[in-house]
Amino acid sequence: MSTTSPFALLANATSLPWADVPAWTVAEFVRRTAAELARGARLCAWFGVPDHDAVRLVAVLAFDADNTLAVGRSAPVTGSYPSLTVMNAQAHLFEREVWEQHALVPEGHPWLKPVRRSAGTAPANGDFFRVDGPEIHEVAVGPVHAGVIEPGHFRFQCAGEEVLHLEIALGYQHRGVEEALVGGPHLATMCQMETAAGDSTVAHATAHASVMEALAGTEAPLRAQWLRAVALELERLANHTGDLGALANDVAFLPTASACGKLRGDFLNLTALLCGNRFGRGLVRPGGCRFDLEPDRGARMRERLRPVLADTEQAAVWLWDAASVRARFENVGKVFARQAAEIGLVGLAARACGLVRDVRYDHPAGWHRFAQMPVAVWPDGDVFARARVRWLEIQRSGKFLEEQLAVPPEGGVRIEPGPLAGDTLAVALTEGWRGEVCHVALTDAGGRFRRYKIVDPSFHNWTGMVLALRGQAISDFPICNKSFNLSYCGFDL
Amino acid sequence: MFVLNTLAHRLRNGCQTMAYPDGPAPALPDRHGGALRVEAAKCAEGCRECVPVCPTQAITRPAGRAVSLDLGRCIFCAACVEACPAGAITQTGDHRMAGRRREDLVLGRPGDEQVRLAVALDGKLRRLFGRSLRLRQVSAGGCNACEADTNVLGTIGWDLGRFGIQFVASPRHADGLLVTGCVSRNMELALRKAYEAVPEPKIVIAVGACAIAGGPFVGHPQIREGASAVVPVDLFVPGCPPHPLTILDGLLRLLGRLEESAGK
Ligand code: SF4
Ligand code: SF4
Repeated sequence: MSTTSPFALLANATSLPWADVPAWTVAEFVRRTAAELARGARLCAWFGVPDHDAVRLVAVLAFDADNTLAVGRSAPVTGSYPSLTVMNAQAHLFEREVWEQHALVPEGHPWLKPVRRSAGTAPANGDFFRVDGPEIHEVAVGPVHAGVIEPGHFRFQCAGEEVLHLEIALGYQHRGVEEALVGGPHLATMCQMETAAGDSTVAHATAHASVMEALAGTEAPLRAQWLRAVALELERLANHTGDLGALANDVAFLPTASACGKLRGDFLNLTALLCGNRFGRGLVRPGGCRFDLEPDRGARMRERLRPVLADTEQAAVWLWDAASVRARFENVGKVFARQAAEIGLVGLAARACGLVRDVRYDHPAGWHRFAQMPVAVWPDGDVFARARVRWLEIQRSGKFLEEQLAVPPEGGVRIEPGPLAGDTLAVALTEGWRGEVCHVALTDAGGRFRRYKIVDPSFHNWTGMVLALRGQAISDFPICNKSFNLSYCGFDL
Repeated sequence: MFVLNTLAHRLRNGCQTMAYPDGPAPALPDRHGGALRVEAAKCAEGCRECVPVCPTQAITRPAGRAVSLDLGRCIFCAACVEACPAGAITQTGDHRMAGRRREDLVLGRPGDEQVRLAVALDGKLRRLFGRSLRLRQVSAGGCNACEADTNVLGTIGWDLGRFGIQFVASPRHADGLLVTGCVSRNMELALRKAYEAVPEPKIVIAVGACAIAGGPFVGHPQIREGASAVVPVDLFVPGCPPHPLTILDGLLRLLGRLEESAGK
């Protein structure tokens, strides 16, 4: 179907000349993007590229069923353009972002306010949506939260215990990662990619390395691609296991909570066995990997992995066996499949609403072209479903690792990628443990980054959290929040 | 029958809390490398090989002066170790690297080859906090890995609570702050307010390269360069992120709970 798309088509982790990206007047571009979304495409990224005194809008779409990505752009615009959000809700945060970055007004946008703009020493949050009435009360929490977690500000509009609406204001973690990439890559670029969202180091680093390799017209050695896939699943295992423990903790189910807290560390230590850093820093580099998993190290990893997986299984069995846990998880924080599709949820949150959506499967790149794993889906869209999908993925990632570690491919792990092509656009998606990590790079004539766009899965999914809270008791906020466990810095970048 | 099942499992696993600091410290991963050591005396005249490879500008060598490496800025990528032709920069494998003063983390000059390890709080503060320290954590513009590895200290393996150290929900209940992140401009006000809300006397602990000097984001206009730009800092814990063992070592040193000498 997508072969009839007016957009330029490309596969994941590939590039095409900027000149080959079709351009239309902005009204036509918005209309065509809306039409593609209406027939089932997903909006992976929507951003502005400065062009002299104006800005070009760029859309990156995914046709999951066709394993294809598509890009299109507008002619240079200034001032305003007809809002895409009016026709498709997936665009609402993207359009706000473009507005604050390039002062382009999406005409008709229903809730145009800053995403992360700085107002001196705090983000400029704008007005919050308010519910009025004699019984309504407003609860404000953050930016500094009660636990050891990242900062964000939450406004709940409540009638008694019931949350009528929640608005989330972020931007506190904004470090200027995208702006710093212009003119790059720089010496610090790789470590900034690794820390775009620290718990997704391997996912972001792999996306960046893939973009660099696509721009250089080379491919990392197979063994390096294999290593990246291994590290990506270790990252998924650590985070999913930690989250199951955190969810158990929030419903006061301590056996699983305490076991998973330790097991998460065990998975992190396996990543450290590979590269020295528990979060995978220093492993993935453009052109390959900086470390190899030599046979004896690989054997040690397999040996250590087995008992950790067995203990994780045990901890999960306790959780699923406890009726008290099920009672707290079921029918809480529900997002319906239709809503999830409308707002463009990605990753495990989408799969927990019954959407079959997984980059490893839909847009396989790197090692995932050769080794697949089934997509874990659960239909209910509630806290239980999100916990359950985590568990299914833990099992599948565990199995994948056992298989992969048994038969490593041969060869080296690093090549020198060479210079980047000029005036070229490259897109790479990786399935991080939260969901789709999207990196889009556009180079200038000299092969330096002219624009670099990063979309962390959290950018899509915070809206899902908001919908999940509607009609819930405010006391259910912690488990709803943990069940998504979204990134603040990944959103704020 | 999960009750019997959990009990059996607990019995089989026994106590999972590590013996450290009474027993030996758990080993760092072999590829971790630990703290760096810099012997400027080994540097060839005029050599600057290490300077341009450092992603966080942790290394400087002004003309005619000795090389200087700031462990507070370091993200432990080991690029300088690989680049140095003279073997002047080496990895020690040592997890201990927290210091009390910012300048204690600057390595190079004769006598300063290694980090000057943190000394305990003195007198009244040590009496107050030595056996019970409540910290409010402020996450301010990092990548969340420092928070994650701080959280790890609360798990059964590390059991931070056995040292009387606890994270509390309100700054008003706290004896001090533990700051992570480079302090984004957007968090500056919140950090200052959290600090002001902590009753006197109070301490501040900066965990990670970001909180010490801006880490991977050093030089970005959207950030302040670390916590000390906003609040006074009493303990600096290097790393990106610091290994949990490094954080624990820093905390225990600060409280005077480690027996070994606090010198070099
Ligand atoms: S190890 Fe530290 S000092 Fe050396 S290059 Fe890396 S960041 Fe710079
Ligand atoms: S020091 Fe490193 S690990 Fe810690 S918050 Fe900063 S980037 Fe993340």
